[in-house]
Amino acid sequence: MRIGVFVCWCGSNIAKTVDVEKVVEAAREMPGVVYATDYKYMCSEPGQNMIQEAIREHKLDRIVVASCSPRLHEPTFQRCVEAAGLNPYMVEMANIREQCSWVHERTPEATQHAIDLVRMAVAKVAKNEPLSRSKLDITRRALVIGGGVAGIQAALDIADAGYPVVLVERTPSIGGHMAQYDKTFPTLDCAACILTPKMVDCASHPLIEIWSYSEVEEVNGFVGNFEVKIRRRAKSVDESKCTGCGLCLEKCPVKGIPSEFDEGTGTRRAIYRPFPQAVPNKPVIDREHCRYFQTGKCGVCQKICPVGAIDYEQQDQVVTEKFGAIVVATGFDVWRDEQAMAQFGYGKYPDVISSLQFERLMNASGPTDGKIVRPSDGKVPRSIAFISCVGSRDEVHGYPYCSKVCCMYNAKQALLAKDKLHDVQTYVFYMDIRANGKGYEEFVRRAIEEYGANYIRGRVSRVYPDGDQLVVKGADTLLGRPLEVRVDLVVLATAMKPHDDAKELARKLGISTDQYDWFSEAHPKLRPVEVLTDGIYLAGACQYPKDIPDTVAQASGAASKVIGLFSKEAILSEAMTAFVNEDTCVGCGLCAEVCPFGAIDLVEVVDREKSTRDNQVMKTVARVNEGVCKGCGTCAAACRSGSARLRGFDTKQILAEIDALADAALSSKRL
Amino acid sequence: MKYAYYPGCSLESTAKEFGESTVLVAEALGIELVEIPDWNCCGATSGHALDHKLSIALPARTLGIAENMGLDVVAPCAACYNRMKSAEVAMKSDEALRSEINSSLANPYEGKITVHSALEIFTAPDVLNRIKERVSYPLRGLKPACYYGCLLLRPPKIVGFDDPEAPQRLDEAMCAVGAEPVEWYFKNECCGASLGISKSAVSVKLTGDIISNAKKHGANCIVTVCPLCLTNLEMRQGAAGKMRGEDLTMPVFYFTELLGLAMEVPGIRKLFASHLVDVNPALDAIEQGEPVPAGAEG
Amino acid sequence: MTNFSNKVTSLVSENAQCCCELSLVEGPTGSELKRRIQELCGENVLECYQCGECTAGCPVAYAMDIAPNQVLRLAQLGLEDEVLGSSAIWLCAGCETCATRCPKGVALSRVMDACRQLALERGIKPKEPEIAKFHDQFLTEVKRFGRVHELTLTALYKVRTKDFFSDVFTGIQMFLKGKLALIPSLVKGRDEIRRLFSRSRHGSEDS
Repeated sequence: MRIGVFVCWCGSNIAKTVDVEKVVEAAREMPGVVYATDYKYMCSEPGQNMIQEAIREHKLDRIVVASCSPRLHEPTFQRCVEAAGLNPYMVEMANIREQCSWVHERTPEATQHAIDLVRMAVAKVAKNEPLSRSKLDITRRALVIGGGVAGIQAALDIADAGYPVVLVERTPSIGGHMAQYDKTFPTLDCAACILTPKMVDCASHPLIEIWSYSEVEEVNGFVGNFEVKIRRRAKSVDESKCTGCGLCLEKCPVKGIPSEFDEGTGTRRAIYRPFPQAVPNKPVIDREHCRYFQTGKCGVCQKICPVGAIDYEQQDQVVTEKFGAIVVATGFDVWRDEQAMAQFGYGKYPDVISSLQFERLMNASGPTDGKIVRPSDGKVPRSIAFISCVGSRDEVHGYPYCSKVCCMYNAKQALLAKDKLHDVQTYVFYMDIRANGKGYEEFVRRAIEEYGANYIRGRVSRVYPDGDQLVVKGADTLLGRPLEVRVDLVVLATAMKPHDDAKELARKLGISTDQYDWFSEAHPKLRPVEVLTDGIYLAGACQYPKDIPDTVAQASGAASKVIGLFSKEAILSEAMTAFVNEDTCVGCGLCAEVCPFGAIDLVEVVDREKSTRDNQVMKTVARVNEGVCKGCGTCAAACRSGSARLRGFDTKQILAEIDALADAALSSKRL
Repeated sequence: MKYAYYPGCSLESTAKEFGESTVLVAEALGIELVEIPDWNCCGATSGHALDHKLSIALPARTLGIAENMGLDVVAPCAACYNRMKSAEVAMKSDEALRSEINSSLANPYEGKITVHSALEIFTAPDVLNRIKERVSYPLRGLKPACYYGCLLLRPPKIVGFDDPEAPQRLDEAMCAVGAEPVEWYFKNECCGASLGISKSAVSVKLTGDIISNAKKHGANCIVTVCPLCLTNLEMRQGAAGKMRGEDLTMPVFYFTELLGLAMEVPGIRKLFASHLVDVNPALDAIEQGEPVPAGAEG
Repeated sequence: MTNFSNKVTSLVSENAQCCCELSLVEGPTGSELKRRIQELCGENVLECYQCGECTAGCPVAYAMDIAPNQVLRLAQLGLEDEVLGSSAIWLCAGCETCATRCPKGVALSRVMDACRQLALERGIKPKEPEIAKFHDQFLTEVKRFGRVHELTLTALYKVRTKDFFSDVFTGIQMFLKGKLALIPSLVKGRDEIRRLFSRSRHGSEDS
């Protein structure tokens, strides 16, 4: 056994706290170690060359790198030793940065701690065995969950690269929030003009299937080999027959249902499509409100449909499909907590509306054909107050984070309001103006300087009616004075928040969420599109508030990850996976229960001990699906008979580490 | 139902009609109130304004006595309730402070009892139902502006039995006795009573804002839960009216007086004489099928 | 004033009428104010991000010399003389609107309490002497009787402020309606109450 130890300074990150040379000296005395040295940046090219040369020169067969967390550079050093002819699993890392230098002052104890960590790694690497990774097949078909602009972009990019895509959307139409907007900042492109062509491209693309009115129910499998159960809700309309003529939409007798797409500013009927440019442009029946489904009487749409497309007997279809990769693009919801917004009278005074509702009022295809009027009396407002940060940056009533886009759409809405209603006076109550995008700051200045938006720096305390107007009680913190304005309409820039069921979807996908339920990326800087589960990627505001340019960029990023995956011949499985010794396993199933990835199944096998040549006795044992196993070790820790074990972290390796630490502590009288 | 009763200083003097009506209504509803023996002042605004620790210690003494009685406390005055509740929360959550203060007390307070406001106990669902059953003189035509003020609602982390921005409990109580509370917008605005004597110009302005809004929305009286508010609204309405150039004459009641009136609790009507502002215009607005017989009071 | 003095210095506070440039030298004195405020009321003034919610909702802000959010700003900068010498800290009515609506959960009302205590502790003359005298008279009553006797309170307060005539008519009305008792009611445990006072700051000053 010839172990080499390489101690990294990490610039000054380690060296300023730990006496690196002392660590090297101590390492030279450890059992099995034939070579030890240090270097300023072990992960750099010269550092890696140093390791490779030492392997050749000193005929090293096992390597310990004492540096940072294995999460950061284990793959780097595995590749490094592999290139020098060693099995990549003959490397162990001693984390003397996060677990030592970063949490200590420069003291002899800190150096001793580093030495102990190295000693444990040396003891463990001595017991390491070569491991290998197996090749797995890839299903070259992608699932995109969510049909907003993120999902649309990802689906188009993947399909354009030649791979089939299923785009699953919960509502009757793709388009998402962007389809609700009037114009987009800072260019004032009409949202429909730039989005609807993409929606049509999706519908007409030979490799994209749009499954609207559908939801993901269950996800199994692993990268390259997902099996996804999807519920395709009954639309009660046979899409193969429906021509989208819209006759049923005019005749349905159930009117006045608040339109989800119009955020309640307009109404729809029981058979509906969310908006005229919907894709697919075919209606669905909302069975909760449909008179036929509720009372058994009516059937007007069926009678009127010229092609007999109405099908009351249609059932939900639950299908299970195979996919190689999943793009999660489920977007965001807006904050609607009326009780928490009571100080602004949201939900109580009709002329206090959300920014999204204001978008619908401005939108030419909205309920007012783009005329800005007050919901209470239909009058044109002469003054409008826009209130920022409603629920955002408010850890007491809402969320502590910044919703990122509100500053910009406040400016846009103030500008467009002035553009449409020349006599209107606009007020924007803000805390800070966050306009850090291309052309953003210029845009805000334009709203202020050219369109006369009256920006007032201060949060609003209260909104209450006075006659047919609303009093906005705020402050001008630049003057240090409280102030009041009387306006006809109040628009609240309500926070972006995750969908209420985001956590539920995360559970189905086996991915994690942050404290607010936004989906967590694998690394905030270097792996912003991936999640910790391979083969699943994030796009858009399901991760954190984003504007349209960032969303589209991330969607293309996610798509390119999928394309990259699909372009590989095969994928390699994890090497450090669990396995079960079936001879000793008693089939209790505890491991299967605790496995967070669902990688363990119980199977029937022949009991070799009890079986004779004539009499075959069967028994239940646990078996690990190595493609799914992430090597977390939960099963090994839970197993009572010691049958479930983890490659690379076997009991004998862990005990060797503990023994090494205990021996050192005892001999130096620290125990 | 039995509570340790904390009247507080005001309910013995400037707000004696609040104290008396609370006791009478409780009695009529079968709620037993046992006055806490030798209770002391809660310290009020001045206590916490000048001395945080004292503002906990003063109520803690009374709470300690009540704890010996084994009863939860009812403090009708919103200001007392706020101070007692603040002390309760501080003593329950801060162990060091609790042992420090308890070391000076003859009856230490260990946090075993809690403090309630009178509005809280009278609007508990079962009590409110009992009130509805007992109403014999519904206050139809009385249009109170329900005024919650500050100290009953804020800070919500400490008091918080009602929504601090859209409070309802007082309105519910008024509906239960047949009154028709008006929708108005100064329910939870401060009247400045704590500055009433030392900086009366401020309380005159705030009183004006409040009464003017109540009038504008059709109120024929204001109903309160706080003796400081009532005294302030009564005392300052003349000056406020002069300042604003409006007639701001407005009868102000304690909610317990109106509960008692609707339940025709003997002894309630004579309390009305102690108001500084004539309450008869409001009482006259109550529409009854038949006039109340004279001498019906006990 | 040198750049090396460990004092946070404000030219404004030396000449309060003149809006001069602020000169900040961060040091123990500056953080001392924050530390003392936190010690007295538990609030960390650095949590305030100056949104102005407190000023927007404050019923008394219109009458203050500096706005409520500026009280926190000055405290953040450690400009002690200006905060403790302001009228704002005395005018605060303690209505807790700021604490209820603050998006950062800072209870400015409690910071105001702490500032008043610090002002008295450091012998800074209250900018609103009547309010300070009223609070003081109130606590003196509590200390003496265990309860507040409104007639004595008002009378002694009026003596202290030499304001004999305001509200006299109301006082007479109240007296006639039996609302102002002539004799104060006394708490038996007055010694215990005095003990509570002597353990606190307020007890040590008058006896």
